[in-house]
Amino acid sequence: MTSTVADQTAEQSEPAPPARPGWPRRLLRAVGVQNISLVIALAVLVAIIGAQNSKFFLVTNIETIGTAVTVVGLLAVVQTVVMLLGGLDISVGSAAGLASVVSAMVFMSTHSAAIGILVALVTGVATGVFNGLVIVYGRVNAVIATLATYAGFRGLANLISNGRAQGYTGTDSTFVFLARGSIAGIPTLIWILVILALAVHLMLRYTDIGRNIYAMGGNATAARLAGINLNRYVVGCYIAAGLVAAVAGVLLTARTGSGQPTSGSQGLELQAITAAALGGVAMQGGKGTITGTILAVVLLGVLQNGLTILNVNSFWQDIAQGFLLVVAVIIQQRRRGLRAVGLP
Amino acid sequence: MSSDAAAAPRLAATELSKRFAGVQALRAVQLQAYGGEVMALLGENGAGKSTLLKILAGAHRPDSGTLSIDGERVSFSSPRDAHRAGVRIIYQEPEIIPHVSVAENIYVGALPARGHRFTRAALRARVVADLARYGFTSALDPDALGSELSPAQRQLVEILRALTESVRVIAFDEPTSSLSDTEVEVLFRLIRQLRDEGVAVIYVSHRMNEIFQISDRVTVLRDGALVGTVTTAETDEARLVRMMVGRDLTDMFVRERRPRPTGTPALTVRGLSNDDVHDIDLEVYGGEVLGIAGLVGAGRSELAHAIVGSTPVHAGEILVDGNPVRISGPRDAIRAGIGFAPEERKAQALLMQRSVRDNISLAILDRIRVARVVRRGEERAVAQRYTGQLRIRTPDIEQVVSSLSGGNQQKVVLARWLARRPRVLILDEPTRGVDVGAKAEIYAVINQLTADGIAVIVISSELPEILGLSDRIAVMQGGRVTGELDRSEATEERVLALAMAGDLTTDGATR
Ligand SMILES: Nc1ncnc2c1ncn2[C@@H]1O[C@H](COP(=O)(O)OP(=O)(O)OP(=O)(O)O)[C@@H](O)[C@H]1O
Ligand SMILES: [Mg+2]
Repeated sequence: MTSTVADQTAEQSEPAPPARPGWPRRLLRAVGVQNISLVIALAVLVAIIGAQNSKFFLVTNIETIGTAVTVVGLLAVVQTVVMLLGGLDISVGSAAGLASVVSAMVFMSTHSAAIGILVALVTGVATGVFNGLVIVYGRVNAVIATLATYAGFRGLANLISNGRAQGYTGTDSTFVFLARGSIAGIPTLIWILVILALAVHLMLRYTDIGRNIYAMGGNATAARLAGINLNRYVVGCYIAAGLVAAVAGVLLTARTGSGQPTSGSQGLELQAITAAALGGVAMQGGKGTITGTILAVVLLGVLQNGLTILNVNSFWQDIAQGFLLVVAVIIQQRRRGLRAVGLP
Repeated sequence: MSSDAAAAPRLAATELSKRFAGVQALRAVQLQAYGGEVMALLGENGAGKSTLLKILAGAHRPDSGTLSIDGERVSFSSPRDAHRAGVRIIYQEPEIIPHVSVAENIYVGALPARGHRFTRAALRARVVADLARYGFTSALDPDALGSELSPAQRQLVEILRALTESVRVIAFDEPTSSLSDTEVEVLFRLIRQLRDEGVAVIYVSHRMNEIFQISDRVTVLRDGALVGTVTTAETDEARLVRMMVGRDLTDMFVRERRPRPTGTPALTVRGLSNDDVHDIDLEVYGGEVLGIAGLVGAGRSELAHAIVGSTPVHAGEILVDGNPVRISGPRDAIRAGIGFAPEERKAQALLMQRSVRDNISLAILDRIRVARVVRRGEERAVAQRYTGQLRIRTPDIEQVVSSLSGGNQQKVVLARWLARRPRVLILDEPTRGVDVGAKAEIYAVINQLTADGIAVIVISSELPEILGLSDRIAVMQGGRVTGELDRSEATEERVLALAMAGDLTTDGATR
């Protein structure tokens, strides 16, 4: 069937398909400009701190940094997924607190770490289901919904614990292993973060689930018209957030030796969001990588550790962190390079 | 041409060059636009037209070359500078603030105020006067909210914004692609008025008939380089096309006549109704192209959205190959074998921040995965195939879609659904913003699909396209199908008669 298109167009020419880019460009693309700037920032920071105090480079100090960032790192990784989807989860810190209390209380009454941890994880999943359903079926904006549950989960944690630290897990071998154990010389905490980060990274990069998450965050209408079940993804991502928050809560219990309704989990959500934004995850969704987030987590951890070993007032640490968040988002907006809204 | 046209040009660009990563978008382009004249800018998708306009608007800085206005060298480092010099560009997708009135949208940034108290009444009076001056009183309500405006009205707001300051050069980048014929008339009236007032007008469009209607001269670009400038009255379509593509294209596309298919239709729609469409009955057979014609606002896109379940449906049934299917969302439609490439590429189809490859493969991920892992090799192969076949102009398939030219972005949307190869494919304005050569490619691909037995529904506002491509034409008006024509009986007049059947109100076309 020949249409009378150009004598040549229809049949003759399958024009040479575009080539794959050369390797330097592919490498740049794979690593990303954002990540390169993070690596540079990290190197500068390490150089400055190391020059001031050589104790910074001790293996024990590096382990300290690693274990200190684990809880935030876990939450930042899962926050990345939620943000890629175009959402935000402010309730992760409160959910972690709730899970922390639950794990300790169940452990105290059953004397089984496994059951305590399991019930805590189920609690985490339940918080995620609740968030997801409110957002999807209540059609509530994600920020508002999780702001509400941020207060709600915290209230619940305080309610069941009477606002006090619960139980004592410091003698249970499972909890001790989680907090201070190691596998192949590397602390368990770091293993947990590395495994989660790697799994999420692979999921985002290589599976259709990951692609669909990016698609939804990039353009929800397009994603829906392409046959993606948006509701399922939203609920799924918030469940993942709840589950990981519960893991973080269990680790908090393990590290402090008791269930903590608020102390220890307060402010974690902000640190997680800061790390994700600093790592290049777009606030409007659809853009960002786990690599970037992890680099940002490490950067923030090094900053905090450095300021501590240099004896800087801890209030300055908060200021530095807030400053970094603003700078990160400003850079992000610049790089988007869109026409400013509102004209002219 | 006005008398001063022979003198210094209003706007002169010399040796403009602009390079983006991997692409030389402009190569030493010369351009002169004269006051009191409409100059059309023509070229294939990706030829550099929008880039040139963005340089004039101060949105991009050229790598080299100069700009001058009325003989005076200028250099814009921001759109503000360009505005001050009296240069305005009307982009295809204007930024409208949704929650404020038309009047405030027009005067945004320049609200008339006494001290810091801005007076709503004064503002409104001024906008009413502006509307009357340009003859838009019936087309635009100054109190309407930004969110209520049709694409045409949004564009009018953008134009009026430009006219609040004195303009010396105004450029339109494909302004008519989402306008109805009556709206195009309104726009042309305005352009002529501006021209008569001595403004230099630059007009970009892929529609040849418009170029011949409105322009005095035509400047043609190819691959970022200037091919030449000709006087419109002294040229014809074939010559312009040859300048654009560098070879001959044999006339219009004609689809081979084929016998009317029999048996079970691939898609049957019975009594479909929702808020926008009423009691629709349609049948499309495998191997057939059904064209859906109608004026803007006739409910054609709404029908497509209703069929794939992206808007709620109140009544009706849908059968694929004779089997009833339950569709409660686009996902169900795709599973039932119905694909839909929507009209608004940016809002409804593209992931602007993702690569060409990601965009093309989006609807086939479920087919090219093994245990949820996407087979990257196969994905790349599919993306390569369709970028080649549709001649998508991009340095490589990893390029982000936002950096492609408008027409090439459109081809990416099509590629996504061609790759899916559904049983029934609904294409809403598939050639919007696409150049003449690429249109022919797209028609050829549609032909190939039907030869393979796929049923295709094409919605288009361009009558020649509908008439050339369709085996049958359904005409819609006011959310209803007002008639169906076989291609042997279809003429422009008959289609238009059905499109306006019973439509006595004059503004029926402006929704
Ligand atoms: N921001 C950008 N980054 C990279 N390349 C770009 C960018 N903007 C434009 N290009 C490239 O420059 C070339 C010219 O694009 P331009 O948008 O000017 O084309 P056009 O003539 O307007 O085409 P169309 O008719 O499709 O609108 C294209 O190859 C395009 O991919
Ligand atoms: Mg363009």
